[in-house]
Amino acid sequence: MAQREELLAAIQRGYPEGAGVAVLPGGDLPTLRVEKRVLLSLARRLKDDPALDFKLLSDVCGVDYPGREERFEVVYHLYSVTHGHRIRLQVPVQEDDASVPSVYGVWKAADWFEREAYDMFGIRFEGHPNLKRILCHPSFQGHALRKDYDPGQRWLLREGEQDQPAWASRRLEDEDHFETQVLNLGPSHPASHGTLRTVVRLDGEVITDAEAEIGYLHRCFEKMAEQHTWNQVIPFTDRLNYCSSMMNGVGYALAVEKMLGIEAPRRAQVIRLILSELSRIMDHLVDIGANLNDVGAMTPFLYMYKAREEIYSVLEACAGGRLTVSYVRIGGLANDTPAGFEDAVRYLLKRIPPLMADMEKLITQNLIFRQRTERVGAMSPADALDWGWTGPCLRACGVPYDVRKAQPYLGYEEYDFKIPVAHTGDTYARFLVRVEEVRQSLAIVEQALARLEPGAVITDNHLVALPAKEKVYTEMESLIWHFKWVMEGMKVPPGQVYGCTEGANGELGFYIVSDGGGKPYRIKVRPPCFAIFQAYPHMLKGHMVADSVAILASLNVIAGELDR
Amino acid sequence: MGGRDSRVSLPVYGGGAKEAAARRPDGSHVFLTTKFNHLIDKARKNSLWPFPFGTACCAIEFMSVMMSHYDLSRFGAEVVRFSPRQSDLLLVAGTVTDKMAPVMVRIYEQMAEPKYVISMGACACTGGFYRAYHVVQGIDEFVPVDVYVPGCPPTPEALLQGVMRLQEMIEGGETHYQLALTGRRPKGEAHGAA
Repeated sequence: MAQREELLAAIQRGYPEGAGVAVLPGGDLPTLRVEKRVLLSLARRLKDDPALDFKLLSDVCGVDYPGREERFEVVYHLYSVTHGHRIRLQVPVQEDDASVPSVYGVWKAADWFEREAYDMFGIRFEGHPNLKRILCHPSFQGHALRKDYDPGQRWLLREGEQDQPAWASRRLEDEDHFETQVLNLGPSHPASHGTLRTVVRLDGEVITDAEAEIGYLHRCFEKMAEQHTWNQVIPFTDRLNYCSSMMNGVGYALAVEKMLGIEAPRRAQVIRLILSELSRIMDHLVDIGANLNDVGAMTPFLYMYKAREEIYSVLEACAGGRLTVSYVRIGGLANDTPAGFEDAVRYLLKRIPPLMADMEKLITQNLIFRQRTERVGAMSPADALDWGWTGPCLRACGVPYDVRKAQPYLGYEEYDFKIPVAHTGDTYARFLVRVEEVRQSLAIVEQALARLEPGAVITDNHLVALPAKEKVYTEMESLIWHFKWVMEGMKVPPGQVYGCTEGANGELGFYIVSDGGGKPYRIKVRPPCFAIFQAYPHMLKGHMVADSVAILASLNVIAGELDR
Repeated sequence: MGGRDSRVSLPVYGGGAKEAAARRPDGSHVFLTTKFNHLIDKARKNSLWPFPFGTACCAIEFMSVMMSHYDLSRFGAEVVRFSPRQSDLLLVAGTVTDKMAPVMVRIYEQMAEPKYVISMGACACTGGFYRAYHVVQGIDEFVPVDVYVPGCPPTPEALLQGVMRLQEMIEGGETHYQLALTGRRPKGEAHGAA
């Protein structure tokens, strides 16, 4: 806590009493209430002061409090990679003057996050270069995450009303003799996995301008979460990053458990960790496979999918579902693992490495692959942080930030594993980092198996989880708890929490606000690929069209998580 | 037709007429007569070219179906084509949002006839558990669907069964496209009902 006091004191030195920056007591993170007139100067200071050094803007989101005088609140989460500290800024905004200065000039990462807050709440960000709707379609009326918006109210989009970048319809006069044209890639395109759309301007075959359009899979996760009870949200989280659905549920459950002040039993934690790491492997496999497939190598995809099928069978045995597992519960797991679980995982540990070796033999030193990917889509570490990159993509640029090491959860601090880092930041580096991460994950799983001891898999806190069925039949007290849990549901104490875990493609954050009721008041997901993909159009400039395909797949953009 | 040789069996259009075969006195076939349409349908059902309109989680399961373990090519449908001009089966795998719907309709309209639609997964069939402001509550709001495959996501086996069911429908002339051609009504629907 001393570190927290120091940090807050360092910030407050520049802002005396009444200067618009107030420290809010308590909470999971040091929290500042900032008036919007000082937001921009404070933001600059937080980023540039070496003692603070908040280089990573994790998340920007809005929250709607209709009862308050200042109806909206814009919440910023910042992280310092060098010092390892986090901070939250809350900027209250009035409804009739719903605007705050944009921090895009300080952190580029604010670009899409601010657009999303504008789309969902109608909060204007003054000075934002391209403030328009991002997730909802252009014909959408109203702002969906406001509390008075009916969750079922749809608006129809006609074909002619689809969004076009402003520059796409402008003719360029000062062109040289090459023909320029505007090319539309997606949202249904063989090379864009998932519903991503990129509009590019071509000079010959070189991309001179690009804009990405997302929201084609905006399934209203955050609005749906507000309509469901705490445990009912878990199936929705599975469908965020559906390539590694287990990890989303774990991240969500950990954040809610943090609010409740409970911890899952030891066995549940170890199982969560094993299945999370297997999910990470699964995610990397499909990403590597898809990346190779896109640059023309079909065979490795078949090998990778073989391994994926093997992992599916373990998940299916545990949870009943192959892809969307819904295995996590708040306070533990839905049920214990089936008999033979450990043997099945040991089999995977033996089965996956040869498949990886086959793939590596074909690809890693393959000249064609290296020429397609080396120096393609390179990113400098400073730029990557500025764009809010995390996960393997950031580590491929040389920044060794991994939530599992920086802020360990599920007991990651007890495991012996390394964080692979590459330094070129290009598509090839991202491939190498992922391959090595698969190996590290296998090592973690092997260690975790040794720590797997028999025991309960869900907490015995009856305010959180149902008591065991046999107890309900035999004990009066358990019967009462059972009745109360079913009739009243689980309640989470009022407050807010930002829980983050290392998802397959970066820092997966859940910012959760509870008003003490049986349903979440607000859940904001900080999707790692949202931050990564917003840099994509900027990376494309100067590259060939064919490179755009290689770059896109290496970023591992999962539409379910991107658009939520 | 007792003692029918099942080694040669041709499709029966509409399920009405049986195939006609001239036989020798000993009962062996000499030649078969059928409508040309039946022959074509038989060919079509065994060479479906799917357009994978994969938008979400179901697209990942669809990949599983295509890969070596489940292998959709065993059913003659492995030629996945990302150009609507070259495909005849629109396989909608995943949630379709209001933003995506015009794109889907356009792709459906661009496909050459005959064309069939499989709706894979709860979201494509009904909107799934997303009763929400940006999600199409079933793609049959926009395109005619021949086979609904339930599940969230459906298992690969379920999708295989869906494809086989579509093949049966094509053979029996029951798909929306074929019904529209012949002006018939789907099976089970009362004729002349108001």
